[in-house]
Amino acid sequence: MDWNQFFQEAFIVSLLAGAVRLSTPIILAALGEVISERSGVLNLGVEGVMLMGAFGSFWGETVTGSPWLGLVIGMLIGALMGLIMAFFSVTLKVDQVISGMGLYLFGMGMSSFLYRIAYGVRTTPPSVEGLSGLHLPVLSDLPVVGPILFQQDALAYIAILLVPVLSFVLARTTLGLKIRAVGENPQAADTLGVSVNAVRYLCVIFGSVLAALGGAHVAIAHLKLFGDNMTVGRGFIAVAIVYFGKWRPAMTLVGALVFGGAYALQLWIQATGAPIPHQILLMLPYILTILILALVARQARGPAALTKPFRRGEG
Amino acid sequence: MRFLGLRVEKRQTIPPLLRALAPVLTAALALAASGLLIRLAGGDPIESLRMIAVGAFGNVQNLGETLVKASALIIVGLGMIVAFRSQVANIGGEGQLILGAIAGTWVGLRFADLSPLLLFPLVVVAAFAAGGAWGAIAGWLKARLQLNEVIVTIMLNYLAIYTLNWLVRGPMRAPGLAGGFPQSEAIEQALWWPRLAGTRLHIGVILAVFLCLAVSFILYKTPWGYRMRAVGANPEAARFGGINVGRTLVLAMVLSGGLAGIAGAGEIFGLHHRLLDGISSGYGYTGIVVALLAKLNPFATILTSVFFAGLAVGMEAMQRSLGTPFALIASIQGLVVLLMLLSDVLVGYRLRRV
Repeated sequence: MDWNQFFQEAFIVSLLAGAVRLSTPIILAALGEVISERSGVLNLGVEGVMLMGAFGSFWGETVTGSPWLGLVIGMLIGALMGLIMAFFSVTLKVDQVISGMGLYLFGMGMSSFLYRIAYGVRTTPPSVEGLSGLHLPVLSDLPVVGPILFQQDALAYIAILLVPVLSFVLARTTLGLKIRAVGENPQAADTLGVSVNAVRYLCVIFGSVLAALGGAHVAIAHLKLFGDNMTVGRGFIAVAIVYFGKWRPAMTLVGALVFGGAYALQLWIQATGAPIPHQILLMLPYILTILILALVARQARGPAALTKPFRRGEG
Repeated sequence: MRFLGLRVEKRQTIPPLLRALAPVLTAALALAASGLLIRLAGGDPIESLRMIAVGAFGNVQNLGETLVKASALIIVGLGMIVAFRSQVANIGGEGQLILGAIAGTWVGLRFADLSPLLLFPLVVVAAFAAGGAWGAIAGWLKARLQLNEVIVTIMLNYLAIYTLNWLVRGPMRAPGLAGGFPQSEAIEQALWWPRLAGTRLHIGVILAVFLCLAVSFILYKTPWGYRMRAVGANPEAARFGGINVGRTLVLAMVLSGGLAGIAGAGEIFGLHHRLLDGISSGYGYTGIVVALLAKLNPFATILTSVFFAGLAVGMEAMQRSLGTPFALIASIQGLVVLLMLLSDVLVGYRLRRV
């Protein structure tokens, strides 16, 4: 057997498996943002929602002893954050950039604050058992594809399965039609008896629940602990990926995987001990975000009513 | 909408007094929320708020601490006013401040034998240029490619944080301190910004007041300021009026980032005297909050900055009893932004008896 080739295959497999794992939080958050934005609400507070979801699920697991109940608690907190965002953007009709920023700051501070209340200041941070890899029978034994795709944790499967599900819902169902109508032409949707506000509330809350799941993945599936600002900008990267994916779930998945790949590659280069300062490598995903945004800028055209509050009788 | 024999109705016009009252109401609500959160953390809210007040304004030294923080916040906040007035949401103050601190330190170390009087303007200009350049990237990308400035500035924040992190461990690390803290060499003592005896209050506070006058002059008395306000009010109308919207956006971001950069130099020359990690401690975000709470008015920013600086310093003083100040202050900031938006809507309505 050619060792060199073996090394290369093992390397590629572990790199891609890492890419899938590291992109899971971004896939979840970006899919949530797609739904929110398709209904016309730009939620720039995703990062804050992710952090709250991360804390909520972590705390939930330490209290209940079950990662699944932890996820439920994280999702509930995410729904609550979504409710706040929807209240400001849909009911109060305030500037979505500023309310999103407020939500981000609130989630960032609140998650750290609650963490300190729950656990005090400790020398060794508490950790959890968390979600472990779920080896799918038969499929996980497949060469190459098995370790990459079928030895992931449950949230990774959910994230990937959500892509076709949400594509189908958006493109083929009445609900999807309503969401698109509300995001493109709320006046027309309103005339046809669609409750613009109800659809937007639903989408923002659903999007936030997904973002919270994304945060939960970082906390209880990946790192198995909670830290201040632990999502380090992934929420904003998710918003950028929505532009890259042109507001479509499938392309969003591709974008998120590219980022997961960049994270994984960066970790791998660090592990090889290459003489590049690790801070430079850590910059990769952020540079990539700006480059990708700049690249797709010309073609990106979002839902027509994105960031525009709906008032009956105007427009 | 009606309840309890009252009806909510929209006001035709909003009295200016009421409009001015909204931020005060928000600040009061923020204090109440702090009390609630302190309660949640197991503290006594009334006693804690008293401790915060004493910790922030109780004696000359504490007051000095508060004013030092306030002057950095004022300078960053002024930058935010310029950006938000032009309808650019600059969330990148953190990164711009860091770039200013790096450039300032570099100039201070490189030209250490220059007279302090000559070095001071040089440092301020270098810090302004570095912060402004960092801001200009986001401004240019927004003007040219319509990239969302919120995302770009956040990405630039992380790039700045990692750059600083690398510099103080690599190229700029003090050689004598190998194995010690990751930090640069100290600036010559002769070059430190002078302080008021007995406190850490340095001349940055004078600089802050001067910049406050300068920014209001630029905004209200110069063609650039007029263009920025016009673009902020209505970019389409501004374009039809013959204003180069793109150039105005870039200019706003240069000014905005440059001001944050000056605040960064102040942190180095007034406080730490060397470059180190975590130089910013959230000024970029707090700067936005003070600017918004001040309704984007340069002079009101002085008040809101002192309020938030006092809150931060007072909470630090309270740290021993609770151990939660930074997380607490960040939550309060988020709440203030949201409450501000809420109170802006609420003042547009009134209650009437049916």
